[in-house]
Amino acid sequence: MREGLRQSMAWLHTWSGLLVCWVLLLIFMAGTSAYYRDEITLWMKPELHAAAAANATLLPTAASAAHVVAALQERAPKATAWFIGLPDERNPAIVASWTLPPKKGMSMAERRAAFRKQNVTLDPVSGLETPNARDTRGGEFLYRMHFDLYYMSAIWGRWIVGICAMFMLVAIISGVITHKRIFKDFFTFRPKKGQRSWLDAHNATAVLALPFHLMITYTGIVTLMFMYMGAPTQALYKGDQQAMFAEVFPDNERVKPAKVAAPLADFGPMLAQAQAKWGVPVARIVVSHPNDANATVQLVRPSGQQLSNIEPSMTFSGVTGALISSTAEPSGVSSMRRAFYGLHVAHFADTVLRALFFLCGLAGCAMVATGALLWGVKERQKYAKVVAQGGRVGFGVRLVDALNIGAIAGLPIAFGVYFWSNRLLPLALENRAAMEANCFFMAWGAAMLLAQIRPTRAMWRFQLIVGALLLAGLPLLNAFTTTTHLGATLFGPAGLRAVAAFDLVTFALGALLGYAAWWLKRKEQKAAGKGAGSARPAVTIQTREAA
Amino acid sequence: MTITVDRRYRLGVAARAVAAIGGGYLLAAVASTLLGVLLTTLLPLSRADAVSLATMLAFVIYPCAVLWVFATASAGRAWAGILGASALLGGALWLSGGLA
Repeated sequence: MREGLRQSMAWLHTWSGLLVCWVLLLIFMAGTSAYYRDEITLWMKPELHAAAAANATLLPTAASAAHVVAALQERAPKATAWFIGLPDERNPAIVASWTLPPKKGMSMAERRAAFRKQNVTLDPVSGLETPNARDTRGGEFLYRMHFDLYYMSAIWGRWIVGICAMFMLVAIISGVITHKRIFKDFFTFRPKKGQRSWLDAHNATAVLALPFHLMITYTGIVTLMFMYMGAPTQALYKGDQQAMFAEVFPDNERVKPAKVAAPLADFGPMLAQAQAKWGVPVARIVVSHPNDANATVQLVRPSGQQLSNIEPSMTFSGVTGALISSTAEPSGVSSMRRAFYGLHVAHFADTVLRALFFLCGLAGCAMVATGALLWGVKERQKYAKVVAQGGRVGFGVRLVDALNIGAIAGLPIAFGVYFWSNRLLPLALENRAAMEANCFFMAWGAAMLLAQIRPTRAMWRFQLIVGALLLAGLPLLNAFTTTTHLGATLFGPAGLRAVAAFDLVTFALGALLGYAAWWLKRKEQKAAGKGAGSARPAVTIQTREAA
Repeated sequence: MTITVDRRYRLGVAARAVAAIGGGYLLAAVASTLLGVLLTTLLPLSRADAVSLATMLAFVIYPCAVLWVFATASAGRAWAGILGASALLGGALWLSGGLA
């Protein structure tokens, strides 16, 4: 671009980062929260708290399976597939969902909306349907949003997220090249120095978790790579995507129905056979074409503590109960691809490692946010003289300021409103789960709109405080709407620690936002104390109103 | 004078952006496809492994191409480099029968 490699890379870093940073922030925040998807879902379904608290022995796997199969036979005997999740330490319920043959004239969106309602939750102790388990998508909504977005077809969402991820990848690599002193910079922090401080904060959050940022961006692309890059498939499989998927993902192969009715075999012996082979209970069951002569029952093992996301499975005939196939030992390349995928989703992580991934995700959010702020701070310097003479900053600066407020301060509000709506919306509300999602986006939309109307420091403070109150107030909301308040979850049965952790983490994040609002206020008072004329334009998020 | 310089600068940026996003994708597609074909013919790699490895590497090649487009001296050189490399690798792919 400009003369010199470092300058051109700095230019590329700035623009590839800035163009997509607000969508990236949404992806990073939602993706980071997805490390605790099960815990978030548990918090959002207070009806399951009793089951989590009960130290009662869970039903044996075979009995759980019998109960859920009975429930599914009642609801969806003609489903194309049943998906059954058996309880584990992070998810105390038996959950099942199903897909139906598509009706003619049904759009993708309608099918997706229908699928979201096709599920049932059973109590793991009694095997009975959990009474009044509220209609919510819980952490699943946030997890899906981080690669499907929302209010659009999943394909569009994934392309947009993929393009943003490529920009991110380019921004990360060019950012590293820009830094000749990357290691030294990490130990440099010059607080209270305006632009330098933002730069140092950006460097610290970026460099601290650099391997994580690089890994998470690249592996995120790899999870959907066959969609983003079809050329090698085109050449090696003559464009036959299905043949490629059947070979690369052999476990997901689906048989066609025979269209001849046949009763399902008892799952008990299959479960026993799988458990005897693996030494651990089965985690999930996928039944294809139940009650058909070609029915298959796929039993999936928990991925355990290995890096790869490979979940070995055994597939049985659904009619005879005979073993058809089991996962072959993966090849080297296949192991590598699965390890990339596994690294991204971190199912292998135990409590400490999971917390570390979560913190790295937060560092990623901070990196994106400080980077976006830095652009505004730098750019505003160009207008220092104009502003001092009572002029205005340029359109670009104003737009970026507003988007920064709406994303950095506005997104926490959206998350907070989502959790509040989970407890405050009437339980009998039609389409309740979708309404919760609507609440998320209405709150975010309102924050974005207000920020565009008045991108001022007062707006920063206002939105930060609203976000702080919403998030820090969640333990209180939980205490008033359930019996599992912090006292009960912290000192009660171990099964409720996840609920306590949710309360504490959201409180801490709310406190952090509150601190940011307080810090802004103090900064403003200091600037006012020094006299209006000497206000330094570079100090922070200052706009024409403040000048 | 400054206006023409400014416009030339902007045109240069636009040309590079297209070369990076579109041309870079093209180069990544051609290079990874050639790699996939070579992996199955020269190495005892299964089709499934070759397509996985090639597609994974496509997303290493792509950002490298983007960085190069913005690092090189001029927009014209960026275009020439991307198209030249794509044509060269595409020719090799054609010779190897990958396009048959």
